[in-house]
Amino acid sequence: MNATAAPIRRQIHPPPVPPSPFPYNPGSMLSVQDLNLEAVGYLLSRATELEGMDPLVRDRILLKRRIALLFYESSTRTRTSFELAAKALGADTTLVSSLSSSIEKGESLKDTGLTLRALGAEAIILRHNSSGAPWLLEQCTHLPVLNAGDGMHEHPTQALLDLRTILQRLRHGADQVDAGTLAGVTITIVGDILHSRVARSNMLLLPRLGAEVLVCGPTQLLPEVTATMGPGIRIERDFDAALRRSQVVMMLRIQAERLAGLQLDLEEYKADYQLTGQRLASLAPEAVVMHPGPIIRGLEVTAGVADGPQSAILDQVSNGVAIRMAVVERALLAQEGRV
Amino acid sequence: MSSLVIRGGHLIDPSAGVDAPKDILLKDGRVAEIASPGKLKSANGAEALDATGLTVAPGLIDIHVHLREPGQGYKETIASGTAAAAAGGFTSVAAMPNTTPVNDSPETTRWMLAPERNATVRVFPIAAATRGSKGEAVNDFAALKAAGAVAVTDDGHPILKDGIMRETLAAAARVGLSVIQHAEDTRMTKGASMNAGPTAFKLGLRGMPVEAESSLVERDIRLVTELRDARVHLHVAHTSTAAAVAAVRQARRNGLRVTCEVAPHHFLLTEEHVGLYSTNAKMNPPLRSAADRDAMIEAILDGVVDAIATDHAPHATHEKEVEFENAPNGITGLETALGLCLRWLHREWKVPLGRVLSLLSAQPAALLGLKGRGTLAVGSFADVVVFDPKAEWTYQAAQTRSKSRNTPFDGWSMQGKVRWTLSEGRIVYTGE
Ligand SMILES: [Zn+2]
Repeated sequence: MNATAAPIRRQIHPPPVPPSPFPYNPGSMLSVQDLNLEAVGYLLSRATELEGMDPLVRDRILLKRRIALLFYESSTRTRTSFELAAKALGADTTLVSSLSSSIEKGESLKDTGLTLRALGAEAIILRHNSSGAPWLLEQCTHLPVLNAGDGMHEHPTQALLDLRTILQRLRHGADQVDAGTLAGVTITIVGDILHSRVARSNMLLLPRLGAEVLVCGPTQLLPEVTATMGPGIRIERDFDAALRRSQVVMMLRIQAERLAGLQLDLEEYKADYQLTGQRLASLAPEAVVMHPGPIIRGLEVTAGVADGPQSAILDQVSNGVAIRMAVVERALLAQEGRV
Repeated sequence: MSSLVIRGGHLIDPSAGVDAPKDILLKDGRVAEIASPGKLKSANGAEALDATGLTVAPGLIDIHVHLREPGQGYKETIASGTAAAAAGGFTSVAAMPNTTPVNDSPETTRWMLAPERNATVRVFPIAAATRGSKGEAVNDFAALKAAGAVAVTDDGHPILKDGIMRETLAAAARVGLSVIQHAEDTRMTKGASMNAGPTAFKLGLRGMPVEAESSLVERDIRLVTELRDARVHLHVAHTSTAAAVAAVRQARRNGLRVTCEVAPHHFLLTEEHVGLYSTNAKMNPPLRSAADRDAMIEAILDGVVDAIATDHAPHATHEKEVEFENAPNGITGLETALGLCLRWLHREWKVPLGRVLSLLSAQPAALLGLKGRGTLAVGSFADVVVFDPKAEWTYQAAQTRSKSRNTPFDGWSMQGKVRWTLSEGRIVYTGE
C-alpha cells in the first residue's frame, strides 16, 4: 500500500444500512433475536401455565382459529409438536407438505402463502429447506409466521425448548430469566455446527442469559467463522476438554443431505466426537445430555447414552409441545394486543 | 438534419481538458462548434436549450449492461433498457451476450443492432467469447467484430479452462477486440449465494470466497504475461475484491494491458446490506466486506479503476420474490449510477467532478475503442448529458423506465439530476 492510502480510508463514511422492516407482524417468530429476554421469560412462564391448565379450558383459547402448517421438508417431531400444541389450544390446523400438489407443481412460496391466507389461515408455521424463507413468507403475507426451521439458519422454538429443558435440570424450572440466569454454566454443542439451525439459534440465545457456549467439531463442520456468531461463543476442538468443563452437552446429527461434497471419515469422527458412556462417566458424570433429534444411534451418541440417566432427550420433546403452545398463542394474540 | 445549441452551461469534457462555461453547437449528429458564452459563429436559427446553471458533459457510457434481448423481453427489451439508459444520462451501452440465445453469432449481433429494436441510445453488443458461453469452443471473432461486436466475454460465466482463455485472449488480440472476464472460479462457489464470511454464516447461506474472484484474475494476468503480445487486452468485469484490484494494479505496473471496472453497488454497499435476505442485494459478484468495499473506493481514487459500469441486470419482480438462494443475481443500475456517483464519489469522498465524469464516459470509451464517443471535441458524436450538479432528489424505482425495478437504491437520495440526454444530436430524454 502506498503512503496516501491510509488518510483516504479514514475519510470514508459509507452509506448506512437501512433499518430492518421485520417483523411485519408482532406475532411472528422468525428468529430468537426477535425476542428480548422479557419476551423469552414470558414464553417460558406461559408454557408452564398452559401445560398445567385444564385441557377443556385451554382448548377455548384459540377455539376454531385457523393455523396452517407449511412444511417443505419432512419432519416428524417438529410438525407433530406444533400440531399438538395448536390443537391443545383449540385451533384448527391444516397441513400443506412438500408432497402437496401445488408445491409439487412449482407454485412459489409467495403464492402458496397468499392462497393459505385467502383460505382463512391466521398464522403460518413454516419449515423450509432454504435459509430465510420465513422472512419472505412474512413479507408477502403479513401474517404471523412461525419459523419451524429454515435451511441452515434458525430453529427458534427449538432453542426455547432447549432453554426450558436446561432450566428444569439446572435451575429448578425457573421461568423468569435475565442476563445472569445461566452465569457459570458451560454448554457444549458438538458436531455439525455448520449446517445446523439448532446450533445457530442456541448460539444466539443462550449467551444472552450468561451461559458460555463451547462449540466442538472438526473444521469441515465447524469453521473458524463460527466464533463470530456473537459474544460468549468459543471454539473448542478437543471434545474431552470441552466435556470436562460442561454442565450441558448438546449432540448434533451429521446432516448428510447438506454435506455437499464434503469428505468426512466417519470412523475418525466417531473416535473424536462420539459421546460414549465411558467418555461421559469419566469426564462429565453430572452433565445433562441433549439432542434435538433425529438421533443416529451409534454415530454421534451411543444407545446407552441416549437412553441413560443423564439424557434429557425425551424431556426436550415434551417441552417442545409446551413451548409451542405459548408461541402459537402469542402468534395469534399478539396482534390483538392480548399478550 | 437539424442543429441544436446548448447555451449557458458549464462544459466539462475531461479528455479534451475543458472545464469552463461554453456554448455548444450540434449539427447533423456531431459536435460542430464550441465557443465561449454568446460567441458561437454559426448558431443562427438553431433550436436552443438553456443550460444556465447546468453542467454539460459527454453522454455517459456504460460498458456492462444486460438488455435481455433477444429472448428475455419480459425482464427488459433493448427499447426499455436504452430508455432507462437515457434517463440516467447514458448515451452508449455495451450489451452483454447472456441472452436467449446467447449472442455468439453475427446474426444475433446484427439483430440487436437492427432499427426495429427501437434503441433510444447507441447499443454496442459484446459477443460471447465461446460457443454458447460454455467455455469450450472459441468463436469466430473476426466475423463477430464485422457484425458490430466491440468486445468478447462469457459474462455470467467465467472462461475457466486455461487453454480456452489463452486462445480467447490471443484470438481477440489478433482482431483488435478486448476480452472481458467475469472472474469467478465457480469450483469455489457451488451453491453459494453471497459473500463468504460472518454474515453468510449467520444467515445460514453458503458463501463465495474472495479467492474465487482474485485467483481467476491472477490466472488471467499470468496468461496475458505469457502471451507476450502487446495487443492483448484483458478487462476484468465488476471487480469486487481488494485482492483482485491489487492484482490489476500490479499487472499495470508490469506494463500489461489489464483494465478493470467497478459497479456503484460494489463501492457503496457491503454484505450487511443483504439484511434479512433482501434479494435486491443479491448479485454476482456479491456484495463484499467493508474492507473490500473500501478497497474499491481507494482503487477509484488512485486510478486503477478505468470505468464505472453498472452491471444493469433487470429481473422480473416474480423472479426476485423468491427464497434468497433461488433468486437470480443482479440489480438494475442505469438510472442510479450518475446520482450515486455524484452523491458519494464526488460530494462525500471529494473525487473531482471531471474525474467522476471521465470514469463514466471518456475512459470507458477509450477502453472499448468507441471512436468519437466519450468526448465533446468538435467532430465527435453529439452524445451529451446536461444535468444539474447541485440538485438532490430521491430515486423511486416505481417510476423507472426499465421493465424491472430490482434495485437496492429505491428511496435513496441522489445528487445531480439529468435535464437532457442527447444521442447523436437528438433529445432522447427530458427531465423535469
Ligand atoms: Zn458478470
